[in-house]
Amino acid sequence: MNALAEAANVADYLSQQEHKSLLRFLTCGSVDDGKSTLIGRLLYDTKLLFEDQLATLSSDSRKYGTAGEDLDFALLVDGLAAEREQGITIDVAYRFFATDRRKFIVADTPGHEQYTRNMATGASNSDLAVILVDARQGILTQTRRHSFIASLLGIRHVVLAVNKIDLVGYSQEAFDKIVAEYRAFARDLKFESFLAVPLSARFGDNMLKRSEHTPWYTGPTLVEHLETVAVEDDALARPFRLPVQWVNRPNLDFRGFSGTVASGTVRPGDAIAVAASGRTSRVRSIVTKDGNLRQAQAGEAVTLVLEDEVDISRGDIIAAADERPEVSDQFAAHVIWMQDEPLLPGRPYLIKIGTRTVSASITAIKHKVDVNSFEQQPADRLALNEVGVVHLATQHPIAFDPFDRNPQTGAFIVIDRMSNLTVGAGMIEAGLRRATNIHWQALEVSKASRADLKQQKPVVLWFTGLSGSGKSTVANLVEKKLQSLARHTYLLDGDNIRHGLSRDLGFSEADRVENIRRVGQVAKLFVDAGVIVIASLISPFRAERQLAREMVEEGEFIEVFMDTPLAIAEARDPKGLYKRAREGEIRNFTGIDSPYEAPEAPEIHLHGAERTAEEMAEDIVAYLAGHGYLEARHTDVWSEGIGI
Amino acid sequence: MSADRMTHLRRLEAESIFIIREVAAEFKNPVMLYSIGKDSAVMLHLAAKAFYPSKPPFPLMHIDTTWKFREMIAFRDRMARELGFDLIVHSNQAGLAQGINPFDHGSSLYTNVMKTEALKEALTLHGFDAAFGGARRDEEKSRAKERVFSFRTQSHAWDPKSQRPELWNLYNTRVKPGESIRVFPLSNWTELDIWQYILAERIPIVPLYFAAQRPVVWRGGQMIMVDDARMPLHPGETPEMRQVRFRTLGCYPLTAAIDSDATTLEDIVREMLIARTSERAGRLIDHDEAASMEMKKREGYF
Repeated sequence: MNALAEAANVADYLSQQEHKSLLRFLTCGSVDDGKSTLIGRLLYDTKLLFEDQLATLSSDSRKYGTAGEDLDFALLVDGLAAEREQGITIDVAYRFFATDRRKFIVADTPGHEQYTRNMATGASNSDLAVILVDARQGILTQTRRHSFIASLLGIRHVVLAVNKIDLVGYSQEAFDKIVAEYRAFARDLKFESFLAVPLSARFGDNMLKRSEHTPWYTGPTLVEHLETVAVEDDALARPFRLPVQWVNRPNLDFRGFSGTVASGTVRPGDAIAVAASGRTSRVRSIVTKDGNLRQAQAGEAVTLVLEDEVDISRGDIIAAADERPEVSDQFAAHVIWMQDEPLLPGRPYLIKIGTRTVSASITAIKHKVDVNSFEQQPADRLALNEVGVVHLATQHPIAFDPFDRNPQTGAFIVIDRMSNLTVGAGMIEAGLRRATNIHWQALEVSKASRADLKQQKPVVLWFTGLSGSGKSTVANLVEKKLQSLARHTYLLDGDNIRHGLSRDLGFSEADRVENIRRVGQVAKLFVDAGVIVIASLISPFRAERQLAREMVEEGEFIEVFMDTPLAIAEARDPKGLYKRAREGEIRNFTGIDSPYEAPEAPEIHLHGAERTAEEMAEDIVAYLAGHGYLEARHTDVWSEGIGI
Repeated sequence: MSADRMTHLRRLEAESIFIIREVAAEFKNPVMLYSIGKDSAVMLHLAAKAFYPSKPPFPLMHIDTTWKFREMIAFRDRMARELGFDLIVHSNQAGLAQGINPFDHGSSLYTNVMKTEALKEALTLHGFDAAFGGARRDEEKSRAKERVFSFRTQSHAWDPKSQRPELWNLYNTRVKPGESIRVFPLSNWTELDIWQYILAERIPIVPLYFAAQRPVVWRGGQMIMVDDARMPLHPGETPEMRQVRFRTLGCYPLTAAIDSDATTLEDIVREMLIARTSERAGRLIDHDEAASMEMKKREGYF
């Protein structure tokens, strides 16, 4: 703002501002390395604090400060009450400042391992990372972890800020030792630019002004470097991609596809292809409220109108016809896990990639990466804050580019279907199988024709409930009744399966998921054979039952909830298991020391304490009859393709 | 590739449009909160751009405390009409019936009842699953910590200690029935960016932002405009006419004026550039306690 005095008028000043480049960076590193103090100092030194903010800072410093008589700059950024009380940073804060040469958005990220996901949040939209190290402590685990995550998320420019250099007597030796150690481990992290600066955020040494205490340091100050480092965005040079956000149809005469150009440029007349379907057309016009454009480039939000009527919806990618993205339903990807509950293979998740959200599951964990040594280690799960390479399968083929080649179309988030939380961040390495647009060979003998023979529609009746709730009793009765009606059934009983198909599995979380996957697959095969499958398993977790449900088609899964109170089930205790669990002989016993997650919306809800097994079995058969399962498909209104 | 780099404002504009479109595409029942101030004006302008040639596929909603400046209400109705938005106006009827006002009940209680509670009531009443707000991260410390897509529980509460991670521009929009997301498309704009954009795009704003002769009284070191006869004058207090304007707009008894001769947008920007106090200094509600804004946000305020 001092420049304003010199600028002849406001318009000139604004025009200067408008043409400054923007650098987005984050500060990261271990707890107490001084990240927040560094940003507070930057704001203070670049004179971006207003009088009332300074007044608040000085009163807060007296109240919560940790810098003695001095201003505690960290209090400028630690904005949450809990942060100020505990003197730590919990979540990322965004701050804005500008110098005469550049504008900056800085993300101040937390150092505690516990809050790594918030560090990743800040890193995902940054071009550069300032990694702080306490000169007294040197390189710590968090220094390595944050460097690794920054690299994974695509950051190519790094500043190693060796802070609190005043506390080691401005020693060059201490500085050189830390820098050498950092360079050695960061060798493989694909950083394009690297600078190490000795500084004191508290006293401002080598922040804006060169410090007289470090005559041995001849490089730029932190701010000089941030002002000048070249962080060219490659998005413009990459092939044209536009993930469709919204189909724009104000009336019958206009059909446009709104979205932001993810990479490359596009002009009217350009040949384009819809990535997943392979259909092609040309761009007729690029529409904006400010008039049609002759060209749109990466980063611009536009609406494309095409020459031909092409079927395109939200989630599709419009791409350069001669440089199309890959299409696959199986990938290898790096995943950063961000949730207390571990990532387990087989669990169903949602992934959002570009503007598309699809069901997906992790089919295998290839390895996890030790953040200290960067070594690859075998793993059957990824715990909170762990990073690994996984294989995943999506329900439908999706268009993508490997993250290395195009971060805009190669990054995804993982969402838990039950809690809706964002539980992971992913970067696609490669597609594992080239999906084609050839459909499966249509088989002459089909699921439907097999079922027709039996005058039924195949379905899975999935009984869930506590041990002793009456699942097996009712399941047996249902099977008898269906057989007497001449319907073809098969009963999959949880206990029996444990003796055969899943004999090799225990009761750990990973094994339970695998057990459900196997039962689900077997049930699916029986459904394909036209059979009514009755599965009876405690299956205490919603996510597992959801997994089984998704293996078959819509309408082929009926969840039967045996809702018998624990007290009654325990009193029955047909196998004496509750007694043993209470005595501590059996661990992870559902209802005792392991939770049962009741279904939220089961198709059939049975109250085991109030009705007899016979009555409940009748209810189920009535449900099947009432919903058309005991008839051939010809009378079925929702079955596809029967036009009589 | 010889394309020119996008300018700073164009980048901000495109980022906001992306966010606005994402909400329209993924939520069942979104609404845009309209506070009538300069940030809202920019947000409205961006929404019109985002869906052109269609109209924005969501309504505007104004939480009317009934203590807004009269010029704001007139401006609100004009803008909704001109831009073709459906406008929902909601006031807390129970609060009105009890006569809750900023003079007798203090700014804290008044804000809670007439703004926070009114907003929650309106969101629940209409079943909105997403609500746009014009807040910026440079305004205040707790806002600097907030996500672009900020999750709210069924009781509309914000839990700053467990925000969803937010990576790249991949926004997680999934909510269960009754839960909602507050969306802040202007998160990365600064006050200077807002004014610069208003200037560049010639966006209409409420005349109160420009200096004019207005009747004011001094209270607690702040200048308060006497906008109507409901304002009780203390003994010996006489409104004086002064050349003043407002840097932010809210309820008139809670919004301090500043001395100013800025009568054009260029004047306003010049004045802002040499100002030494932050814009929220004119908002009396923020001074209540140290983490005042965070408290209000936890309770459901924007």
